[in-house]
Amino acid sequence: MKLRKLAAAASLVAIGLSGALTTPAFAAEEQFFPLLVYRTGAYAPNGVPWANGFLDYLKLTNARGGVNGVKMIWEECETGYATDRGVECYERLKGKHGGGTAVQPLSTGITFALTEKAPVDKIPVITAGYGRSESQNGAVFGWNFPLVGTYWMGADVLVQHIAKKEGGFDKLKGKKVALVYHDSPYGKEPIALLQERAKMHGFDLSLLPVAHPGVEQKATWLQIRQNKPDYVFLWGWGVMNSTALKEAQATGYPREKMYGVWWAGAEPDVKDVGDGAKGYNALAMQHGAEPDSKVVKEILEKLHAKGQGTGPKEEVGQVLYMRGLISSMLQVEAVRVAQGRYGKGKRITGEQMRWGLENLDLDQKALDGMGLGGVMRPVKTSCLDHMGSAWARIHTWDGKKWNFTSDWYQGDEKVLRPMVMLASAKYAEEKKIKPRTPEDCKK
Amino acid sequence: MAFFLETLLGGLMSGMLYSLVALGFVLIFKASGVFNFAQGAMVLFAALAMARFSEWIPDWLGMENLFVANLLAFAVAVVVMFVVAWLIERLALRYLVNQEGATLLMATLGIAYVLDGIGQTIFGSDIYKIDVGMPKDPVMMLESVFEGGILINKEDFIAALIAALLVISLSIFFQKTATGRALRAVADDHQAAQSIGIPLDRIWVIVWCVAGITALVAGIIWGSKLGVQFSLSTIALRALPVVILGGLTSVPGAIIGGLIIGVGEKLSEVYLGPYVGGGIEIWFAYMLALVFLLFRPQGLFGEKIIDRV
Repeated sequence: MKLRKLAAAASLVAIGLSGALTTPAFAAEEQFFPLLVYRTGAYAPNGVPWANGFLDYLKLTNARGGVNGVKMIWEECETGYATDRGVECYERLKGKHGGGTAVQPLSTGITFALTEKAPVDKIPVITAGYGRSESQNGAVFGWNFPLVGTYWMGADVLVQHIAKKEGGFDKLKGKKVALVYHDSPYGKEPIALLQERAKMHGFDLSLLPVAHPGVEQKATWLQIRQNKPDYVFLWGWGVMNSTALKEAQATGYPREKMYGVWWAGAEPDVKDVGDGAKGYNALAMQHGAEPDSKVVKEILEKLHAKGQGTGPKEEVGQVLYMRGLISSMLQVEAVRVAQGRYGKGKRITGEQMRWGLENLDLDQKALDGMGLGGVMRPVKTSCLDHMGSAWARIHTWDGKKWNFTSDWYQGDEKVLRPMVMLASAKYAEEKKIKPRTPEDCKK
Repeated sequence: MAFFLETLLGGLMSGMLYSLVALGFVLIFKASGVFNFAQGAMVLFAALAMARFSEWIPDWLGMENLFVANLLAFAVAVVVMFVVAWLIERLALRYLVNQEGATLLMATLGIAYVLDGIGQTIFGSDIYKIDVGMPKDPVMMLESVFEGGILINKEDFIAALIAALLVISLSIFFQKTATGRALRAVADDHQAAQSIGIPLDRIWVIVWCVAGITALVAGIIWGSKLGVQFSLSTIALRALPVVILGGLTSVPGAIIGGLIIGVGEKLSEVYLGPYVGGGIEIWFAYMLALVFLLFRPQGLFGEKIIDRV
């Protein structure tokens, strides 16, 4: 009996000791992010570099010591760019590790589905460069953050650019613009803005939807050949973009007159087309391919050189990699801002994260410090403005690489603001949402 | 008129490319009675093998000749598809002899997922290039007849010719060779074919090998056109209305069906699309096939099946 008691006591001591050996006296705080990614399926060639850039920045943050010592942790879930699977992933991950801090679905369809869940779960939905354009209005969309760019803003910049090329907005009268778009919530987003601009300037807008995944576009490009539009705007994703360029080549439409959105302006869209895509233009959502940026050099040195990077080294600095990296950086910085108010070195909640996202103020000095100088412009959000920056520029494929070919443009608030207010007011009415006031924002 | 002709020709050439994929369905159904849902996955797998080996072989052998590299890659891809066919027979079909058609269909659905997954694991999920020297720029014809001429896509035209050649070869194979006749016998009745000494396992390997080569040719043509990536597997969905319309047991049916679907969807998109918001070509192809089914359930050239009860 005594022997048995002794053995039990020894076991308890051993267990206690092993615990003491494996658990630090002061466990580091951890901040959890559910990662909705797509590494398989029709959109994988575009989804993979974004996810790799996103992950590498989280790893870099940890390599830099975390945010005031708080380490970033994450769990990936494969959505395959399907809305149902995206929602399933969100539901599976949102409560893990003490709860998700923010979610970035990289899909306008999934964003639409999560928009109503976010206020209930109190988890911000960050959609840097995609999602609902009217969600810029934080008074109504309290949990959506289309940081750095919306599709209305992007479409507005494209119209500004072609107006500049033509010699002024008045010269757009009578011109023909065709929008070739992915027949999905994503592809349909710019239509409202383009229709508004078409009404303002008198250009003719034709809408040409392309069914998922976009591998068959012959009929679309035959119509373009027949109508001979002055410009083609391409709102595609994945294989749809390279197919559009190949069809443009096959029907002899000049690539110089084609302008893609920032999701149609990366390496996977053109590398297979090569010289056939020479002269093709696309929006750069502030950044382009940035292989020479400081942050890229730091990632190569601190992660890839040690075999800790995500994905191939050659991909680091490419357009979609940078998009993922910047999306990741924005949420990390929001954590930092939130910690500044709610306690440095402490794990923050989803609600506190929202405050951080609504008070982002990344000035040039901050960007330079992160190695992002020259890559993007300052971002300053508020409770009522969830976008924070409305700048973009154009880059052009020269057959080998993307080069910037325009100055910066800013989305025109005089056009965008009324549209955002009208659409968000309609949404608020439909969903019985009481818009937040500036006083509410102070809470 | 010129635009109508352009659309018509574009539709015919697209139709030939659909036929190329539809042939894979027809071949396997004709020879084994299995509706092979994995045909799209086989096209992707074959194209990935071709694209990756044509990239790897020059590195391994230190050669620069594109033609030789492509030829070697094609040979290796053929071997890969033969191995795939053998594995499918050994690991799946062998255990399903004399099972219901639905069971076999579900098995091919499983094979499709396995091939999609393994293909991307081995060869990667990026976009890969197949460069077999297909011309990309268009050519103008009949410029003296129509103002501006008629635009012909040379790449589609060559692809259509290759598809036509493949169809002729397969028709001869099925009609004139002993193996072809054995394949048809197996399709009619597994047990009866076995009872007269036709080795079912070998026949199934042969037919999956032939379907593998067809998938490889389709994969090279579609891969050269679109780039090799996951979406290639979805082109099988474009071939489904073709086999519904042409009949599951007819090689010429796959061609005629392809041409009708190709022309139908292009004309509908161009002339009806603007009135209904566009983007109708995919569902229009299925609707066209369904209308045909109302009048000829076996398809245009399919065998009419009469079951005595």
